[in-house]
Amino acid sequence: MKKNSWKSGDPFIWLTGLSLVFSLIMIGGLLFLIMYKGLGFFWPSDIAVIELNDGTYYMGEISNREKKPEPGEAVAKNKDSRIQLKIGNRDLYGLDFKWIDENQIKSIEYPKDAVVLERLEWGNMYGFIKGIRSDGTTIATGNVESWPVLKSLLPKTHEIHKEIKRIEKKKIGDINYNISQLRLQIRKLELERGENKSSIKKLEEKIEDQNKLFQEEESKLTSLYKQLNQNRITISTIDGREKEMSIGTIVRAYRPNSMSIFEKLLIYFSKLWEFVSGNPREANTEGGVFPAIFGTVLMVVIMSIVVLPFGVLAALYLREYAKQGLLVRIVRICVNNLAGVPSIVFGIFAVGFFIYGIGGTIDSLFFKESLPTPTLGTGGILWASLTLALLTVPVVIVATEEGLAAVPRAVKEGSLALGATKFETTWKVMIPSAMPAILTGVILAIARATGEVAPLMITGVVKLAPDLPIDSHFPFIHLERKFMHLGFHIYDVGFQSPNVEAAKPMIFTTTLLLILIVVILNLTAIIIRNYLRKKYTLPGV
Amino acid sequence: MEVILNLASVQGNILKYNQILKKSDQLIKQNLEDKKQDSIRKEGRSHQLEISDPIVEIENLTLEYDGKPAIIDILIDIPKNHATAVIGPSGCGKSTLLRCLNRLNDLIDGVTIEGSVKISGEDIYDSNIDVTELRKRVGMVFQKSNPFPKSIYENVAYGPRLSGIKNSTDLDEIVENSLNGAALWEEVKDRLGESALSLSGGQQQRLCIARAIAVEPEVLLMDEPCSDLDPIATGKIEDLITELKQNYTIVIVTHNMQQAARVSDYTAFMYLGRIIEYDITENIFLRPTNKQTEDYVSGKFG
Ligand SMILES: Nc1ncnc2c1ncn2[C@@H]1O[C@H](COP(=O)(O)OP(=O)(O)OP(=O)(O)O)[C@@H](O)[C@H]1O
Ligand SMILES: [Mg+2]
Repeated sequence: MKKNSWKSGDPFIWLTGLSLVFSLIMIGGLLFLIMYKGLGFFWPSDIAVIELNDGTYYMGEISNREKKPEPGEAVAKNKDSRIQLKIGNRDLYGLDFKWIDENQIKSIEYPKDAVVLERLEWGNMYGFIKGIRSDGTTIATGNVESWPVLKSLLPKTHEIHKEIKRIEKKKIGDINYNISQLRLQIRKLELERGENKSSIKKLEEKIEDQNKLFQEEESKLTSLYKQLNQNRITISTIDGREKEMSIGTIVRAYRPNSMSIFEKLLIYFSKLWEFVSGNPREANTEGGVFPAIFGTVLMVVIMSIVVLPFGVLAALYLREYAKQGLLVRIVRICVNNLAGVPSIVFGIFAVGFFIYGIGGTIDSLFFKESLPTPTLGTGGILWASLTLALLTVPVVIVATEEGLAAVPRAVKEGSLALGATKFETTWKVMIPSAMPAILTGVILAIARATGEVAPLMITGVVKLAPDLPIDSHFPFIHLERKFMHLGFHIYDVGFQSPNVEAAKPMIFTTTLLLILIVVILNLTAIIIRNYLRKKYTLPGV
Repeated sequence: MEVILNLASVQGNILKYNQILKKSDQLIKQNLEDKKQDSIRKEGRSHQLEISDPIVEIENLTLEYDGKPAIIDILIDIPKNHATAVIGPSGCGKSTLLRCLNRLNDLIDGVTIEGSVKISGEDIYDSNIDVTELRKRVGMVFQKSNPFPKSIYENVAYGPRLSGIKNSTDLDEIVENSLNGAALWEEVKDRLGESALSLSGGQQQRLCIARAIAVEPEVLLMDEPCSDLDPIATGKIEDLITELKQNYTIVIVTHNMQQAARVSDYTAFMYLGRIIEYDITENIFLRPTNKQTEDYVSGKFG
C-alpha cells in the first residue's frame, strides 16, 4: 500500500523545520553582521599612503570599498570602485573620512615609520614624528630617535592622568559633596526659622574649612597639569603640515605598519578593555561605555527585584485567592493586553505618576531644603527601573499564573490534608513548584527590559551622566541619579553625534555589547532555573 | 517466584483472619447492652451494625457536586482503633465519603454538604472548628500518589514542621520512623536529599504514607493505598495497617476484596452513593444479607 505522505504529516514537519531554519538564518545573519562590523573596530589596521595621479598624497586607514554610485541611479552599475580612507587629523582637515576613486590612484605604500596617535581630543592623528621638546628644549629629532623617547614618556603621562582623575573624582568630589551637604543643612536650619544662628555660623565655618581644602587640591592639580604639558611633540602630516601638541593629550601611540600580529593583538585587547571599562570621550564617539554598561545592568537588576515579587503576588491573588468569575477573567485579559501597550505610553505615564506625582510629593515633604532643584521629582534610575517593571509585570504575571495552574491539584490537597493553611501551602508548595515558570517569566521580562529605550529617554537616561548611581558617599546607592544606558547610547551615537561616520563602528560594538549583556543576564536566570528544576523535579519534566 | 509469594501471603491471611474473628466475637459479646440503646437512636439506617466506641459518627450525610448527589444519606459509625474498609464499584462515592472526614471537599466549588460528621464527639462541620487542626488529626493517603516537589526528607518532615517541630534530631528520628513504617527506609536512606519525584510510582505512594503517619493522626484515611504497589510492598503496607490499628483508627478504601478481608475488622459496601451494607468484615464476605453485596464480593457484579 502506498504511504500517504500528506496524511502522515511529513509536509508539516518540513514546514516546521523550514521556519526554524529561516529564523535561525535571520538571527545568525544579524549577529554575524554586528560582530563583523563591531569587532573589527579595535583592530589596528595598517596605514596606507596613497599617491593620486594628480600628485596629491593621502594617508590613513582604508576603512571601506564600494562601487562608485552614479547620480540618479538606484543601483550602482559602474564598474569603477572607490575606497574610503580614514584620514583622521580632524583638527587640521575638519573631516575624518575621504572617498578616493580607485582609478585616480597611482600607488599605495605602507611606510614603516607611520604613526597613529590616539588623542583625548580631535580623534586620531596620522603622520610622522618630527621631534620632541621638553620645557622648550629639543630632546629628540626625527622619526627613529623620537619613537623610543615617546614610548618612554607615555607611561608617565598615564600615571599623571590617573592621579588627576583620582584628585578630581575622589578628593574634590568629596569636598564638593561635603560642601553641598553643609549648605543643605544651613538651608534646613533657615527654613526652621528657629534661634539657631550659632549653629549656622558653625556650619559656615566648616564650609570655609572645606573651601581651604579645595584650594589645596586645586593647586596640586595645577602643578600636575603643568607636568602633563611639559613635553610636546611635533608631527608632520603627509601634506606637509606640522602640528605641535602636548604628549599629555596622547592616549596611545603605535606604528601598525611595523607591528607583528602579536603586537597588534595586544593593542586590540587593550582598546577592547578601554571600551568596556573606560569613560566616554568626544561626545561619546570615543573612549569606553562603562557607565552605560553599569547603568543598564543596574537598571535591569532593580527592575527584576521589583517585578518579581510584584508579579508573583499579583498572580497568586488572581489564581489562588480571587473568586474566579467574570471580573477576574476581565482583569486577566487586561493584564495580557497591557503587555502589548507601546512602551512610550508607559514612559509618559511614569513621568506623570512616578516623577511628578510621587517624586514631587516626596521632594516637597523630605527634600524641602534643596528645592527648587528636584531630588526625586526628576528622572532617575529608580523611576526608569520602576517604569520597566510596570512594562514587564504582565509577562511575569502570566508566566506565574501558568506555573501555578500547572501544579497538580492533588499536590495542593496533599499539603492541605496534612494540616497546612492555605498560606503555608502557597508558600511552601505552590511557589516552589511554580518557580521554574516564574523564572521563565523573569527571563522574558529581562530580555524585554534590556532592549527597551523609548520610555527611558523621558524617565532618567542621559547622554552623559557625571556620576555612577553607586559611589563611596553615603548612602552609597543613589537611585535618584540620572544614568547612562547602552540602548540610548546606540541611538545617541548613531543619530545625535556630530561625527556619525566615525561613530558607526562604535554603534555596532555597543550593540554587540548590549546583546552580550542580554545573553549574560538571561543565562544567569536560566542557570538558576535549571538548578531549581533539577532540585525539585525529574530531569526533563 | 510470585506464585510462591502469593501463596505465602494467603497463608498469612488465614492466620490473620482467625485473629479478626476472635477479636470481633469478643467485641460483640462485651457490648451487647450498649448496642441496643444505640439502635433506638439510629432507626433509619440501612444496616444493623452497632458500634460501641465510635470515633467517627456520620449521620445523614449527603453531598452534592453542583446539585448532583455523590453520596446520599450516609449513616455509619466508625470504631476506634480498628480498620474499617470501604468497598464498592468505581464512582460509587468512596473517595467522596473519605474526603468528607477531613473536610477536603470544602475546597471544591459548588459542593453542598448536609448532615453531620462527628469525630471524637465534635461536629467537624461546626463553624468554630479549626480545619487545619482537624486535618492534623485526620490524616489522608490519596488514591494517586502526590509527593511534593521537594526532597524525600522534606516530604516526610513537612507535616511535623507544620506542627512546629524544628529540632533536627527530632525530625531525623520522625523521618526515619515514618519511612520505616511505610517500608521505604531501606530503599531511600542513602538518598534522602534527592527529589521525591525521582522515586518510582510505588515508592512515591509509600512516601505519601510515610508523610501521613509522620504527624501521628488519630484517624488515617487511606484511599486505595496499594493500587500502585507490587505484592511485597502491598504486604508490607498491610502489615503496617495491622500494626497501626492498635493505636490509630484506619479507614481504607480498596478495590481488592482479599485486601479488605485481610486487613479490616469492619467493612462497608457502597453502591451509587449509599451504604448498602455495613458489618464486621467476616459477615460481609461470608454471610452478606444483601443481594448486591453478595454479587459484588463474589465478583458477579456488573
Ligand atoms: N470534584 C468533583 N466534581 C464533580 N463531581 C465529582 C467530583 N469528584 C467526584 N465526583 C463525582 O462523584 C461521584 C463519586 O466519585 P468518587 O471519586 O467518590 O468515586 P470513587 O468511589 O472513589 O470511585 P473510584 O473507585 O473510581 O475511585 C462520581 O460520580 C464522580 O463523577
Ligand atoms: Mg476514589
